[in-house]
Formats: sequence, C-alpha cells, structure tokens
Amino acid sequence: MNRKEFLRLGCFSMAALAGRRVAAQAAARRWAMVIDARKCLKEKGCDRCIQACHRVHNVPDFPNRAHEIKWIWKEPFQEAFVSERGPYVNEVFRDQPFLVFCNHCDNPPCVRVCPTRATWKREDGIVMMDWHRCIGCRYCMAACPYGSRSFNWLDPRPHIARIDPDYPTRTKGVVEKCTFCEERLARGQAPACVEACEEKALVFGDLEDPGSAVRELLRTNFAIRRKAELGTAPEIYYIV
Amino acid sequence: MFMFEKAVVGSRRYWAWIFCLFAVIGLGVIAYLRQFDQGLGITGLSRDVTWGLYIAQFTFLVGVAASAVMVVLPYYLHDWKVFSKITILGEFLAIAAVTMCMLYIFVDMGQPTRVLNVMLHPTPGSMMFWDFVSLTGYLLLNAVIALVTLSAERKAVAPPGWIKPIIIISIPWAISIHTVTAFLYNGLPGRSFWLTAILAPRFLASAFSAGPALLILLCMIIRRLTRFDPGSEPIRKLSLIVTYAMIVNVFFILMEVFTVFYSRIPEHMEHFRYLFVGLHGRASLVPWMWASVLLALVSLAILLVPRLRRHDAFLAAACVTVFLSLWIDKGLGLIVGGFVPSPLGAVTEYTPTLPEIAISLAIWAVGFLMITIFYKITLSVRESLA
Amino acid sequence: MRDRALIFAGLVFFLGLVTFPVWYNAASGARAAAPEIKLPPGGTCVAPTDYMKTSHMSLLVQWRDAAVRENNRRYTAFDGKEYTISLTGTCLKQCHTNKAEFCDRCHDYSGVRTPYCWECHVDPATVAQTRAARAAGANSSEVVHE
Repeated sequence: MNRKEFLRLGCFSMAALAGRRVAAQAAARRWAMVIDARKCLKEKGCDRCIQACHRVHNVPDFPNRAHEIKWIWKEPFQEAFVSERGPYVNEVFRDQPFLVFCNHCDNPPCVRVCPTRATWKREDGIVMMDWHRCIGCRYCMAACPYGSRSFNWLDPRPHIARIDPDYPTRTKGVVEKCTFCEERLARGQAPACVEACEEKALVFGDLEDPGSAVRELLRTNFAIRRKAELGTAPEIYYIV
Repeated sequence: MFMFEKAVVGSRRYWAWIFCLFAVIGLGVIAYLRQFDQGLGITGLSRDVTWGLYIAQFTFLVGVAASAVMVVLPYYLHDWKVFSKITILGEFLAIAAVTMCMLYIFVDMGQPTRVLNVMLHPTPGSMMFWDFVSLTGYLLLNAVIALVTLSAERKAVAPPGWIKPIIIISIPWAISIHTVTAFLYNGLPGRSFWLTAILAPRFLASAFSAGPALLILLCMIIRRLTRFDPGSEPIRKLSLIVTYAMIVNVFFILMEVFTVFYSRIPEHMEHFRYLFVGLHGRASLVPWMWASVLLALVSLAILLVPRLRRHDAFLAAACVTVFLSLWIDKGLGLIVGGFVPSPLGAVTEYTPTLPEIAISLAIWAVGFLMITIFYKITLSVRESLA
Repeated sequence: MRDRALIFAGLVFFLGLVTFPVWYNAASGARAAAPEIKLPPGGTCVAPTDYMKTSHMSLLVQWRDAAVRENNRRYTAFDGKEYTISLTGTCLKQCHTNKAEFCDRCHDYSGVRTPYCWECHVDPATVAQTRAARAAGANSSEVVHE
C-alpha cells in the first residue's frame, strides 16, 4: 500500500466512524423534564399532578408517615435545594413548595449499586424499575442522593383508594419510584403529571431534539438542578 | 467426618445452655414468620431510615469474622507459635460470624425468596454483589480450613500440605470482606456521613479490636468451663492486638471529627450533631453514643496500663467494654447516623421494634450455638488426645 | 421375636393409614371430575392452543422481559396478528375476561399455584366486583374506598 492509498483508506474509515456515531446519537433520545417554578403553584395548594400520578399508578396512601410511598411530592425550596439554604433567600421561594421526584440522572448512583439490575438506565434516559426482579435490599434507596425512592414496607393494596386495573400495583418488599410514565410514553402519551398540569408548568421532552420544547426553554431561561455538584447529572430542570 | 457426635454429649449445664439458645431461636423464628407474612413494616424502619438493626449487626459481625486473620496471620505467616492452640478457635468464630452476617442480610430483604437473583443476574458494578461473593468465599475457606486442621489434629498428624496455600489466601480474603463491606457505604455520593476514605481503615481497626476482644472472652470462658487452658501468653498477645487496634480506631474517629468540624460543611456536621447532641429536638441516639465513648475510654484506661491489662478480671472488663463500645459505634451509630438527617434534611428517628429485636437476638443465638458446638467438638478432640 | 404380632399389626396399621386416600376413593366410587372451564368467547389465541396448554408461562415470561426490560410492547403472533403485550390489558381484558372461571379453575384443580403475578397485576373482574360490593354496602353519600 502506498501513502495515497493509506490516506484514502484512513479518511474513509474516520468518516464512517463519525457517521456511525452521528447516526447513533440521532436515534438516541434523552427524556427530561423542565419545571417552570414561576407557573407552578399559581393556584395555592394545587396538587393535580401528584393526584394524577398516584391515581394512574396505584400508589398507596399509608397513614403512617414512616411507611409512606410517594412518586412525586412537594418540598420547601430549602429542602429541595439543600445547598441554597440561608437566611436571605428570595421571599417568594423561601417557603414555596417545589415539585420533586426521581431525577432520572444520567449518572445514577442507584443503578450502580443495584445487585440484580432491577433498576437500570434505559437508552432513552429513563431510570427504569423491574418489580419482578427487585429483592428489596433497599441499597438503591441508600444510594439515591435525593430521597426519591420509596419502599413497600407492607402490602400496598389495602391502602389504594381506587385500583386502576390498567396498571399493576406493587407488592410488599419492593422499591418503587417515578418511571417517567414509560408505559404512557410507549402509547405515545405524555406523562400523567404533565397532562394534569393546567398551568403547563411541567414540560417534558427529548433533550437530543434541538427543536424540542425542553431545549427551547433551557436555551432561553436560567435553570437549576438539585445537587448537581454530586455528578449525578439529574435531568429535571427547574426554572426559578 | 464432622465429629458432631462430640457435640451431643455434655453436662447438664451444657444442655441447659443449648436449650436456652434454642428457645431464643424459636422466638425469633416466630417473629420472622410474622415479618415474612406482613412485610418489613413490622420493624422500626421507615422511608428515611431504610437500614437499621439487621444491617447494623451485619456490618459489625463482618468485622468480627475478619478478625480471625489477627490470629491466623501471625501464626501461619510469621511462625508465632504462641497462637498454635487458638487459631482454630478464631476460624470457628469466623464461620459463626459469617453465618450470622448472611442470616442478617436474609432477614433484612423485602423479597427473600428472590435472593438468588444476585447470582442469576450478576452485577459486577454493585458492591453488594461482591459482598455476597466475598462472604460466601470466606465461609467456604474457613470451613475447609477448620475441618481439615481439626481432623488432622484429631489424628495427631500434621495437616496436609495443600491446606497451607488456602490458609494464606484466607488472610487477604479476610481483609477484603471488610473492605468490600465498607465500600457498600463509602461510595455513595449522597450520604455524606459515609463518604469518607477512612471508612474502610476504620472498619478494619474496629474489627481487629472487637474480634480479638471476643476471642479473649471466649478463651476465658472455656478456661472456666472446661479443662482446656490456652495459656496466658496467647491471651496476652491478643490483648496487645486489641489495645493497638483500639488506639488506631479511636484515632481514626478523631480524624473524622476534625475533618468534619474544621471544614464546617453543614451537611457533614449534621450527622455528628444528631448522634452526639441531637438535631431539631430529636436525640434518641445521644445517650448511646456517649455511652460508646465512655466505654471506649474506660477500655483504653485499662488496656494502656500493663499491670491492669495482665490482670484477668480487668482484661475481661476491658474486652467487654471494647466490644460494647464498638457494637454501638459501628452498629447503631454508623448506620442510623448515615440516614439522619435524610438527603432532604429531615430528621426521622429509628427505634427497633420487639419483633426486630427478637429476630436479631435469635440470629445472635444461632451464632452462639454454632460457636458452642464447634468449640465443644474441638475441645473434646483435644481432651481425648491428652 | 417376641413382639412379632405387635410389629406386624403396627406395620399394617401404618400402611393402611398411608394408603387411605387410595382405597377410600376407590371404595366410595368417587370420580375425579375435570374442571369445568369457561372458554373465552370466540376469536383466536395469541398462540396455538397446544402451546398455550403446555407453555403459557413461558410466553408470559417472554412477554414480561420484552415489555419491562426491552421496552418492546408489540407481539406478532403465529398467525401474523399484532398484540400489545399486557397481562391485564390483553390477556384478561381481550380474551380471558373471567379469570375465576377459566384460569383459576384449572389452577385450583391441579394445585398449581400461580407465582406472585397476581400480587401486583390486577384482575379487572375482581376489582369491579369489590367496588360493586362496597358501593352496595356503603351509604350513597359516603365515598367508596377500596
């Protein structure tokens, strides 16, 4: 092989490799959510998204707070964003509840520690749960820096107000959390919380699509994430 | 081959002890059946404090299991003949401790019937997978070693040559089981109480003081109850090991305290505050932690004075205080302290419930039953040779 | 053997006790009745009947892994028809609408306990039944909780 042929072969190989990577990225998705905190809670005490999620997914309501299971809930600003604690926080924010749930991190510690891969990161970015495989060791709960996960300490069925037959319940002894409504995404529907929000404060979309609503919002607004310094790369963005 | 027939002959006192152990185990089995049926909700655990008494006992006992290396290493690697009579006692203690560890993990699981998923779907990235592997391996190693060396002793011959490399392997393996257990905790970015490089060294230091302390106490009990006397030299050497390990352990804890309170990062300080002075009005662990500190100081006061350390009664007291102090610190203090406050700053207290305590006591009873049977067999073999 | 009579008597008694079910049923003429199952109304199955009889659990495990772990909810049956993978949504709602009269009858008869499926997956018929019973028993002004 002479030098010309070698260079030609090299160039083609590089181009092919680059093309494959571009193609792979184009096929890949990265689901994320942008929460516009300015729109959220315009109506005081609104919890439509929480009601929708918990109803659609048969999330039980345990009276004993120690056993509570919640996929999405409200935390005061200074608890949701622990590093922003201080006496001079913006008055509007100081006690305003913020919506928190699983961040579907890009570098999730919970996935790293699961001994059975009952929780894993899908290619589209969702940190998914397999309730058939979970052994209930609760290691993922210890690993999550956000407290997003709940455990079924007892049988949940007696504590579900109205069982929706279109979605399974869980059983005692497994860990559960928000799954970005992956079953609804599979049907082409938006997540339940997004659909329930009347203010359209929850915006769900694909970060890999430059024209998506989430990309647009992130391009034009300042957004913060929870405990980003830990390197978990959370994919829930809050516009404050 | 297992010489169990030696364990079924014994005095009235022996059988009374066995009966008591079985009674405790029975109560624990009943409590566990209830937990299996209703779920872990009958324990004191909660959404914020997801690991408690069971995992605390597991963490502490992995240390006790690893401590067998403190008698095996000097004897087999450096020919310290003084430990010749008690290495097997250390190995049997390790077997009992590892069995207890595995039982504690089993009872802590939400879906125990699925526990084999850890082997069916191996996940090398998870420290829990490696914990499973290393504990199982350590159990097998020690079981083989103890069986072979005891059989050889019974036949009054030297053990076969091939056991030597297996014993040598058990030495780094012992270090690894406790290191892997520490890795369960200190790789979690969200738990600032555990996210410290010194956790594994701390675990090893506390293991090497609590384990030999228990071994000393067991030797003293055996000397009281049977005709076997390990001699004062092994116990003296062991007490030196306990002393140095305890000094190192206390030093490591002080290092943690300095790092946390000099850097003054709120999230790091709050765990210590909760444990030692209380946080947001919740202080249920404060008396326990200060008791642990007091016990540690009392133990060091005895151990550091050679005249007291060589006196059996004082040494026994020191060993008891060392064991209790570390049981509190590594068990309740470490585990619960890591979960309080929660990542969102909430303070949720943890108190074990009665079924939880019954199950924990039952597993301790299983461990003591194993030690009783193993030691009975060993000492019967030695008595028949003498 | 002084106790020969006693020993043999004991043996006979024990054997009689242990084989009691066999000779009692034979003597009383009891017949084992096959379970009467209510077949689903018309239509084709997702797999040939013989396969379903022997291996529906394998199919369910395959479906489980496809839906949950591979995010693949489309199943193409042997006859080319497409189904959505869902235990409640397809198996129960589209075909075996009466779990109690179809699935349970055979399972109870043969003593084959289903694995933990129904601890989580929902049988719509049971849920509707519970709701109706509660609604009938509760006051009209009260909120019904399940």
